[in-house]
Amino acid sequence: MTKRFALGIFDDEDVLLHAVENVREAGVKIYEVFTPFPIHGMDDALGIERSRLPIAAFFFGLTGLSFALWMQIYMLGFDWPMIIGGKPHIALPSFIPVSFELTVLFCCHGMVITFYTISKLYPRWKTPVLDVRSTDDKFVVAIEVNENTDMTKLTQLLRDNGASEVNQKEMSKF
Amino acid sequence: MATLTHHESVTAEYLEVSPNARKKFIMIIVAGVVVLAVGLLLSALGIGAEHHEGAAAAHEATSHGAGPAAGHHGSPAWLKRLIVSLWHNNVFFTGVSAIGTVFMAIQYVAYAGWSVLIKRINEALSAWLIPGLILMIGIFAISLINHDIFHWTMPGIMDEGSENYDHIIAGKAGFLNLPFYLIRMVLFLGLWAFFTKRLRDLSLAEDLNGGTEYFHKSINVSALFLVIYAVSSPIAAWDWVMSVDTHWFSTMFGWYVFASWWVSGIAAVTLCTILLKQAGYLRWVKEGHLHDLGKFMFGFSIFWTYVWFSQFMLIWYANLPEESVYFNQRLGGFDGRYTWMFFGNLVINFVFPFLVLMTRDAKRQMIMLKIVSIAILIGHWSDFYLMLMPGTMKAENGFIIEIGTALIFLGAFLLLMTKRLSQASLVPVHHPFLDESVHHTT
Repeated sequence: MTKRFALGIFDDEDVLLHAVENVREAGVKIYEVFTPFPIHGMDDALGIERSRLPIAAFFFGLTGLSFALWMQIYMLGFDWPMIIGGKPHIALPSFIPVSFELTVLFCCHGMVITFYTISKLYPRWKTPVLDVRSTDDKFVVAIEVNENTDMTKLTQLLRDNGASEVNQKEMSKF
Repeated sequence: MATLTHHESVTAEYLEVSPNARKKFIMIIVAGVVVLAVGLLLSALGIGAEHHEGAAAAHEATSHGAGPAAGHHGSPAWLKRLIVSLWHNNVFFTGVSAIGTVFMAIQYVAYAGWSVLIKRINEALSAWLIPGLILMIGIFAISLINHDIFHWTMPGIMDEGSENYDHIIAGKAGFLNLPFYLIRMVLFLGLWAFFTKRLRDLSLAEDLNGGTEYFHKSINVSALFLVIYAVSSPIAAWDWVMSVDTHWFSTMFGWYVFASWWVSGIAAVTLCTILLKQAGYLRWVKEGHLHDLGKFMFGFSIFWTYVWFSQFMLIWYANLPEESVYFNQRLGGFDGRYTWMFFGNLVINFVFPFLVLMTRDAKRQMIMLKIVSIAILIGHWSDFYLMLMPGTMKAENGFIIEIGTALIFLGAFLLLMTKRLSQASLVPVHHPFLDESVHHTT
């Protein structure tokens, strides 16, 4: 599906933040903002809802913890019981370091994999770049447009809010 | 982002301690005195002492070689309990008080901006250091009469041939002797109080004159203080807490005590911030600041647990008698009278803050932070109780006298802290990072 975008190019992140606020206040829906680095406060300015990744993280952690405890209790308690240091077979304090590490391991890997998947960053995925300069020193505000959009008005709005240029681009992979 | 919101000029804000509030603090002290009197009376009359026979037997079983003659010191139980609980509370409150300056110093050397608005609370928290030093000397002197707290102060314990002679303790004579001990006590608390005063003076001068000169000076003072504190706080922990169990030692102990003080100090700052905010002060303190304090409490509760467990697991695993006696006393020793506290300690100081403060929303709500910070303060007070009581009171510990003493300390602490808070603007108006703190978002 092909989509058309109006791209407002900005040179400064402070200007950009205000512009995003003002553009949204003017009733224009912003598709996405592309920046070379994360900008503090941008999520709020764009009105993006908080990620639910922490909930996933909690359950990944819980999975890791359960797996670690099951593994150690089963292996050392039932499958091949051994006496180590005169402790009982199932000696919980000695399981805690391993349980902690596996919790963290599952949590981290699960989170990275989940994040990449929902961000469509898995291998062989071609990431469409609207303006290559957004990977260098420019800040790009992308606004989806169609035939009915008043481009002069939109261009004026972006320019008034400090955009150094306003371009249009069609993208087929969105 | 500092420029996100439009400018609103930040003005000085003065706390007025209403006579009503002061009356409340005095009521806390009065309540403490009443509870203390009741506790002393009950203890002196021997009510609740029915455990003593069995408990004494348990003590024999777990006592670490000091022998019954040397293990029991002179004071009657009620007096001994009073002295020990005075020491316990003073160590706890003085340690928490020092955290105010430590926290502020760390913020200075880290060039942190967010915490500027709560800086005055940290300064006020450290108001207890000088009274703490005086009380500590006083209580230590009283404890010397019957050697109620520190077994190593017994006369002749380090002289070969004396009937009190203890070979292991004699080996520690180079460190645990009265002059050196007292020098350390005065030196450490004196240094902490000196740096607190220095940072406070710089901060007040900055309020008057402005400029960045005071800020840079404060950074130098803070850096020096942190180095001194890093060396002195573990030694203080050995002196004031660990030397109660004179035969026993743990290399984790300095960190363990520091972690306990530190997380309690942050909880105290958080609680104070919330109470002031709810009383209508600190109007520039927003959710973001509370969120950061919440993260600190959450993180350092885990840190405390980490240190606690590191100490526990090594001792549990190696199971050397001279080391595991410490946990033997707390886990099932003395007829198991400390066991519930041992596990309760982990629940209130780890499980509770960990689960409650896990989500972002919880860290941004005053009510959650309030509950958790109160729990942490009670929890770490109990943690110190658990460090000190089995070594001193053995099976004769109790709670009424201890809670009474704690209330007296709390009331006095609050009187002093609010007094210091009211002496300067709650907002350090000329701090160079003030603007950053006002616009802080997380």
